[in-house]
Amino acid sequence: MKTNRRGFIGGVSAAAIISSSNFAFGQKKYDEGASDTEIKIGHCCPYSGPASAYGVIGKGHQAFFKALNDAGGINGRKINFITLDDGYSPPKTVEVVRQLVEQEKVLCLFNTLGTPTNTAIHKYVNQKKIPHLYVSTGASKWGDPKHFPWTMGYQPDYHTEGAIYAKHVLATVKDAKIGVLMQNDDYGKDYWDGFKEGLGKEANRVVKHVTYEVTDPTVDSQIIQLKDSGANVFFNIATPKFAAQAIRKAGEIGWKPAQYLNNVSASVASVMKPAGFDNSQGVITASYLKDPTDKQWDDAADMKSWRAWMAKNMPGANTGDANYVFAYSVASLMVETLKRCGDNLTRENVMKQAAGFQKLQLPLLLPGITINTSATDYYPIQAVQLSRFKGETWELFGDVMHAESS
Amino acid sequence: MPAFSRKWVMALVVLAIVVPLLQPLFPDLVSDYRLFLVSTMIIAAIAVLGLNLLTGFNGQISLGHSAFYAVGAYTAAILMDRLDCPYWLTLPAAAILSFIVGYLFGLPALRLEGHYLALATFALALSVPQILKYKWLEDLTGGVQGIVLSKPEPPFGLPLSEDQWLFYYCLIVMLILYWAAANLLNSRSGRAMMAIRDYHIAADTMGIDTSLYKTVTFGISAAYTGIAGALSASAVAFVAPDSFSFFLSIKFLIGLVVGGVGSLAGSVVGGIFYVLVDNSAQALSTYIKSDLGLQFDLSAYTVFGILLIVLMYLMPTGIVGGVYGMMRRLRRSS
Repeated sequence: MKTNRRGFIGGVSAAAIISSSNFAFGQKKYDEGASDTEIKIGHCCPYSGPASAYGVIGKGHQAFFKALNDAGGINGRKINFITLDDGYSPPKTVEVVRQLVEQEKVLCLFNTLGTPTNTAIHKYVNQKKIPHLYVSTGASKWGDPKHFPWTMGYQPDYHTEGAIYAKHVLATVKDAKIGVLMQNDDYGKDYWDGFKEGLGKEANRVVKHVTYEVTDPTVDSQIIQLKDSGANVFFNIATPKFAAQAIRKAGEIGWKPAQYLNNVSASVASVMKPAGFDNSQGVITASYLKDPTDKQWDDAADMKSWRAWMAKNMPGANTGDANYVFAYSVASLMVETLKRCGDNLTRENVMKQAAGFQKLQLPLLLPGITINTSATDYYPIQAVQLSRFKGETWELFGDVMHAESS
Repeated sequence: MPAFSRKWVMALVVLAIVVPLLQPLFPDLVSDYRLFLVSTMIIAAIAVLGLNLLTGFNGQISLGHSAFYAVGAYTAAILMDRLDCPYWLTLPAAAILSFIVGYLFGLPALRLEGHYLALATFALALSVPQILKYKWLEDLTGGVQGIVLSKPEPPFGLPLSEDQWLFYYCLIVMLILYWAAANLLNSRSGRAMMAIRDYHIAADTMGIDTSLYKTVTFGISAAYTGIAGALSASAVAFVAPDSFSFFLSIKFLIGLVVGGVGSLAGSVVGGIFYVLVDNSAQALSTYIKSDLGLQFDLSAYTVFGILLIVLMYLMPTGIVGGVYGMMRRLRRSS
């Protein structure tokens, strides 16, 4: 059969068009949960039950992605943010995460909250190979890419933070006799283990270790016990309400140790003020986020734009709640991750991008603290800076400390 | 006690056996996730069944069944984690241990009636999560971190997915337990249990050893709930003290009252109801807000609460009692 010229040219151009469109098509790669128009992100946190105070983080995320969609989304795609209530109950978390993964078919999970709840789904998401990004818990086990390559943490882990306090105590306090108040759960234990590790051979410097339960009304008797032990250093591992009670009680009974307060309770409005500014002078903490109630950030550009954003998108929300700052910063990181994925929205690429940040600046992180990850480093933020309470605000001192978690 | 006819029960059982096998035909409808959800319903149903034996048939109130559930779950978890015990062997162990705990708790409970018993069991429910965190037990229970487990694998190389097998496993256990409970209640012992519920003094006068019956019933009830706990440990593949909060006891109680106090079928309905409504309440509340456009910011629990109130108003004897009553009325009018 003879091929005429016109047919030949037609055929070649058709082939060229097909291959070129193939080429363009090959650029866009999608896994379940992503398409030309949409990216599905799954999330769960307690909107109900005893831990529902954390629900504001979920509400912050909802407002964040809604505002993002109104502004055009990411690379032309809208975010479909599906958030469910797990009530901080691990069996329920398994249920809702399976719903997100198997029914809703989300591209990735983002900022799921709680240590026991995330532990319950840890194995499952890694078997299913679903990116499980920037989980909302400070436990140290989330940065283990060797065994769990699909799970990544976000905040500096409690363990490291505890070790940092211990080192500071040993370096600055002579003949330290340490009293520890600890919330009796996973979060308290993590700090405590890190603190003990930081003390190393000097672990016998802890003269008294008392605990309380979240359901306790006050920690007054624990503080009296600590004072009676003769301790001159006080490590306060408590959530805001109890941390404030502890600092106030110590002031009232005239106990004046060197005080270390965990970052969880570093809020000026919900801890230092109710504890009394007089009692709070000199308390030391380590932080990585800017406290919205701390006046020294009032003129910072990112704090200003955050306040404007809150006023526009979450009118009526309490801007003194540091959980909103946390939500805003971690959601910004998620957006940055997806932006970098471009048109290659596969789960593998999401993890690759999440593990490829170098010195990324995020809004509302302390100056000098950046996001750094790699294929072997799944701890995005590992730096903290110590600050001392002075007057009505935190005063940063020393250098930004980078700690490798054990 | 309104009883379902045997025909209906058989039809339901056959349906339950066949439906999961249709998965290749309707992969979206019969998904692994849905099967998992039904498995959790069955587990809830077994726990409610246990509570019903105690409250519905023996007249003793318990707010502490989350404790027995935890005992069962932890027994199973520790056996699997520490002794590499096969998962099916953990059920009898969980049942025995829960029975012992329940029986022992039943002894002091003999002196307590009504509200006082409710309070004592309430204390039990509150203390168990704390005990699990206690430092002497921490090595065994994993403390606050809990224990991570593996899901049960299908036996004999059966070509089933993990969730299909889990479903059958739960179903088989429930059928056995249901059958055992039905036989127990139909026996001399069952009638003695109910006699104690109806009129304690009369039962005593008739020569029933009321203390023995009450403590043993407490034990059996705890064993049922413990088995449910052991199943849940396998299903969720994780146990932690946070999984067994006091709210779990309330959940069983809601299932009991909604399904029908003193009705075996009611327990199953109650278990299914709870999981179903708990899951759809949030979907419903977002539906009201975003799709119907009503400006009510209802939390999922508000919706759940409203549903409960409506249900209790329309069917004060529980779903099974309500449906039975309706059927009777229909028959009379036709």
